[in-house]
Amino acid sequence: MELKTVGKSEQRNDAYAKVSGKAKYTRDFQTKDMLHAKILRSKIAHGYVTSYDISKAVALDGVVKVILPKDVSRKKFPTAGHPHSLDPHHQDIEDRQLLTDKIRFYGDEIGAVIAVDELTANKALKLIDVEYEVLPFVLDAEQAMKNGAQQIQDFEHNILAHSHIKHGDIENDKSFELCDHVFEDVFEISPVQHVHIESIVAYGYIDYEDKLTVVSSTQIPHIARRIVANLFEMPYSKVRVIKPFIGGGFGNKQDIIIEPLVAMLTREVNGRAVCLELSREEVFYGTRTRHGIKMYLKTGVDSSGKILAKSLKAIGDNGAYASHGHSIVAKCGTNFSRTYPAKLSMEFDGYTIHTNKATAGAMRGYGIPQITFAVESHLDDIADKIGMDPIKFKILNSIKKGYTDPIANLTILSYGLDDCIKKAKKYIDWDKKREEYKNQTGTLRRGVGFAQFSYATAVWPFAMELAGARITLSQDATCVLTVGATEIGQGSDTVLSQIAAETIGIPYNSVSIKRTTDTDSSPYDPGAYASRQTYVAGSAVKETAKAIKKKVLKRAGKKFEVKAKTLDLVDAKIVEKKSKTVLCDLKDLTVESFYDKEGASTITAEKSVNVKSNALAFGVCVTEVEVDIMTGKLKIIKICNVHDSGKIINPLLATGQVEGGMSMSLGFALSETMLYNQKTGEMLNDNLLDYKIGTTLDTPHFDSDFVQPYEKTGPYGNKALGEPPAVPPAPAIRNAIAHATGTRVNKTPMNPQSLFDAFKKDGLI
Amino acid sequence: MNKDINIKVNGEQYTLSVDIRKSLLDVIRYDLGLTGTKEGCSVGECGACAVIIDGQTFDSCVYLAVWADGKAVRTVESLQVDGKFSNMQKSFIENGAVQCGICTPGFLMSATEMEESGESFTKDDIKRALSGHLCRCTGYTKIVEATEKGLKHSCSCDNN
Amino acid sequence: MFDIKGYYEASSIEDAVKHLSENENTKIIAGGTDVLIKVREGKLAGISLLGISRAGLDTVTIDDDGTIHIGSACSFTKVEKNEIIKKNIPYLGEAVGTIGGPQVRNVATLGGNVCNGATSADSASTLFCLNAKLKIESVRETKIVEIKDFYLGPSWTILKEDELLTDIIIEKQNYDGYRGKYQKFAQRNAMDIATIGCAVMAKTVNGVFEDVKIACGVAAPTPVRCFEAEEFIKGKAANLENITAAAELTLGNTKARDSWRGSKAFREHLVVELAKRGMAQLSGLELE
Repeated sequence: MELKTVGKSEQRNDAYAKVSGKAKYTRDFQTKDMLHAKILRSKIAHGYVTSYDISKAVALDGVVKVILPKDVSRKKFPTAGHPHSLDPHHQDIEDRQLLTDKIRFYGDEIGAVIAVDELTANKALKLIDVEYEVLPFVLDAEQAMKNGAQQIQDFEHNILAHSHIKHGDIENDKSFELCDHVFEDVFEISPVQHVHIESIVAYGYIDYEDKLTVVSSTQIPHIARRIVANLFEMPYSKVRVIKPFIGGGFGNKQDIIIEPLVAMLTREVNGRAVCLELSREEVFYGTRTRHGIKMYLKTGVDSSGKILAKSLKAIGDNGAYASHGHSIVAKCGTNFSRTYPAKLSMEFDGYTIHTNKATAGAMRGYGIPQITFAVESHLDDIADKIGMDPIKFKILNSIKKGYTDPIANLTILSYGLDDCIKKAKKYIDWDKKREEYKNQTGTLRRGVGFAQFSYATAVWPFAMELAGARITLSQDATCVLTVGATEIGQGSDTVLSQIAAETIGIPYNSVSIKRTTDTDSSPYDPGAYASRQTYVAGSAVKETAKAIKKKVLKRAGKKFEVKAKTLDLVDAKIVEKKSKTVLCDLKDLTVESFYDKEGASTITAEKSVNVKSNALAFGVCVTEVEVDIMTGKLKIIKICNVHDSGKIINPLLATGQVEGGMSMSLGFALSETMLYNQKTGEMLNDNLLDYKIGTTLDTPHFDSDFVQPYEKTGPYGNKALGEPPAVPPAPAIRNAIAHATGTRVNKTPMNPQSLFDAFKKDGLI
Repeated sequence: MNKDINIKVNGEQYTLSVDIRKSLLDVIRYDLGLTGTKEGCSVGECGACAVIIDGQTFDSCVYLAVWADGKAVRTVESLQVDGKFSNMQKSFIENGAVQCGICTPGFLMSATEMEESGESFTKDDIKRALSGHLCRCTGYTKIVEATEKGLKHSCSCDNN
Repeated sequence: MFDIKGYYEASSIEDAVKHLSENENTKIIAGGTDVLIKVREGKLAGISLLGISRAGLDTVTIDDDGTIHIGSACSFTKVEKNEIIKKNIPYLGEAVGTIGGPQVRNVATLGGNVCNGATSADSASTLFCLNAKLKIESVRETKIVEIKDFYLGPSWTILKEDELLTDIIIEKQNYDGYRGKYQKFAQRNAMDIATIGCAVMAKTVNGVFEDVKIACGVAAPTPVRCFEAEEFIKGKAANLENITAAAELTLGNTKARDSWRGSKAFREHLVVELAKRGMAQLSGLELE
């Protein structure tokens, strides 16, 4: 059946607001009596506050209140953006307090000031004298695990969690003995950050009927409500969280970082509005990061290149607090157990460790960029050593259609990886270039590199996938769609509107989606993460739309005295299926649904769907790079991602997502890192000058393509797309550098200093 | 300490008594209520706060309000005239250059300065002219394309 | 909002220096891209600001004898686009064109770049090669200082609290017949500070370097001229052997150090490589 709007590059339905400047983000709401808060932060990395002197701060003109940990609830709460689990073994760690006098990282939140403006609040902070009892701190995860390292939270050896996966009947050690070649590598992936251009910001107030309200730039408003309500032991009906337009999140806003604090602050001033906006520096050192992960990889192959045995020990650096906890490293484990299955045996040991650094949490890709970098590089090296083309080697060992994941027990139904590879090879002229760039001399050297990945869609079966949607048909046959899924820039409002329109049988422009997510009125949905919304919320929208259509056709059947199943709703017209005769406009029915004295009943539907399926998305990246070996500077000549994310609902928006993800992966590969002062534990590069994301002059043109096998578990054949683009470019670039120079870098970022050191070590310069 | 300034904003003349400590961004957003201009970093590193002053683009977060005395300031709200989007606004929408939208107003001001200069720009010139703006969502490809196409006036979408 | 005590807009040089002499704790502000950042960081507590953007300091002129005068409050955009500079010393315009991004260049000034005293200033190494002279005025005196004597250490210049830099003077004998090139090595191609900056000027006649001037930024606590290298190559043939040898001698005048922004080894390597590339480019030599 021909699709009317799904699959088309419909114009974003929030573009009008954004280009006109009318879109209101959290900080754009300013009330006359709004107060401003700033957080007092520790100047040590580990220890205790022994005393505060707030007398000068309190006396400063314009300061309304100074709040210390002893003044407020000490109850601990979790911050992770996960739906609550009823299984006590699966619940998020509750280790955050509103304010703390036990310090676990440089910049920990030890007090707060409310004042008439930010400048006054900042001045007050400087007037607070704090004395500390200093404890030793540790910045390296492996160091933190050692005997004698200072314990940071409640975990011995700072091991927040350890998980172990094993496949195969043979002992892993014995399997390696049966291999013709065994290879070992160590990879160190640096933590990086989201750098959403809109800061972390929220304001809170108590409204005219005593409802505690928080307006926040968050990806997860419903989860925010749960955590805030539980913390203050309030009924959920008396707590409201609103998400307006938000300026990017990428996972940093998939954590409840400041909402509880803001809720507390407004209560401290009897419900007057209090706004807290973190400075850019605070976002860098005091919110969440991607996990830095150290990986020990071991792989054994037979003489044909088939992987017989493999093992991975992964040590994830979680920083000071739990946030998402072990989920990221655990996801690395399930990915490792599934990709490139070893014929004989496989072993995974994953550790999540506390250190005295900024807390690591969710960031686009959730561990998969890190493990894919390591594995794709490791395998590229092996291919080189055994004299095999790296793509051929990976195809030989990849999973295929029909493969069943041993942990999730999911079978691959749609599979486009082979076609992705074909397209990519053609784009970069792989075989020719691999040959052409052998044995270069000279300062400028070129190389081509490849990487592939697989990525799960949403989180079932590891956690629950629930989503809700509500549709109301208006008198004129247009409708309002309300979802709990959050638009964070990725385009979900637009594609969900397309799904609604397609399923009901009305034009895309007839669907108006409720723009802000409001826990008072939006159906429950945990929010934007895990590339879940088009797949899960999309299913909720589809089911709701089907219900609407069913109600319409039932009404039409009654009106025309025919069986509803003989009718269809197409382009907002009731059509007799067989003859294709138009019986009436949808509008005729909707008017009656409102005003017919006898039979009026407005056409609305709401569904909550519990999705119990998953599907793997696949993809590749190929790139040609030019390396200046004398300066370590890299130029991307060409780069292309090819994605299998099933059916693409909106090609223009999808391409935009891919390009953005590629850009993020470029930064991850070449320039982004978090540096700490080893003597004090303070972050060194906590600003946009020293933390390097690319400008227009650093970013190449991104090419991309899609392969679209139909995934029947997706509402319209679709699979994960939000995160996958951020996965393959980094290892593809690393492998291209290896091809160009022979130097194989196992650390990120591969910035000029790093490449200079590597080239010197390899004797290239 | 306050200072009186005469400032034209989006075509309207104002006489304001401004706190000398304020940035132009503070005045635009909180005194005049024009929240289309955004604050991303407060130090002139990201370009989200860019406005046009007497025909040139500046980062308003590090531009003292008192410096705007006697000058004409334009923000993103000035681009839509009589309900019609400007060429650049249309091009940004049509070419997928908008995702979360927080950087969009800043980019639009630099793109508008280019358009109104009447000069011609190569793709490299465009990239250089936009190099004072950071975007994390788009990877810049579509923003550069939208600006290039906007400069060529090749836009087919209807007025909103 | 910025934590400042007062703001005064100078209407002329006389007005500015008078205000400076009568008011303590006053800092000159032109484009603000250095000063306002420092204020925000709390480094200038209790400061009042003296604005000089409307004091007639933003012109570029050339005397009959070829002396170029650049007003200290000229923006980088102005310097980059100015016809006098494009005709006579285009490489200075190109050097300031590497600073920040367009919005920054529209407001930040050449004088501000010099007076900030940072070794990383992208204008500094070229001005050192040009033997620029700085006109400094106060109510007490007007003096001309050679740029090589202006910098004392990291972010530290000879400028006294009541002094104002008004004019950057470049004499004809320092640029006439020379070609020049500034190379800024930074991790990013915009919005970044140099890891190493290297300015080279050369006068080549019949394949021989009649004169070469080399200066580096971020290779020492202040910008430095590489006199050892210059003396070596002066009068020698512009070939790969001589250029390479000269490039290596640049390290005789530099004092790079390890920092988290770059190791000493890397910085020194870059100084040599950039000096080599600069000399090669200016003499039309292909490096490989």
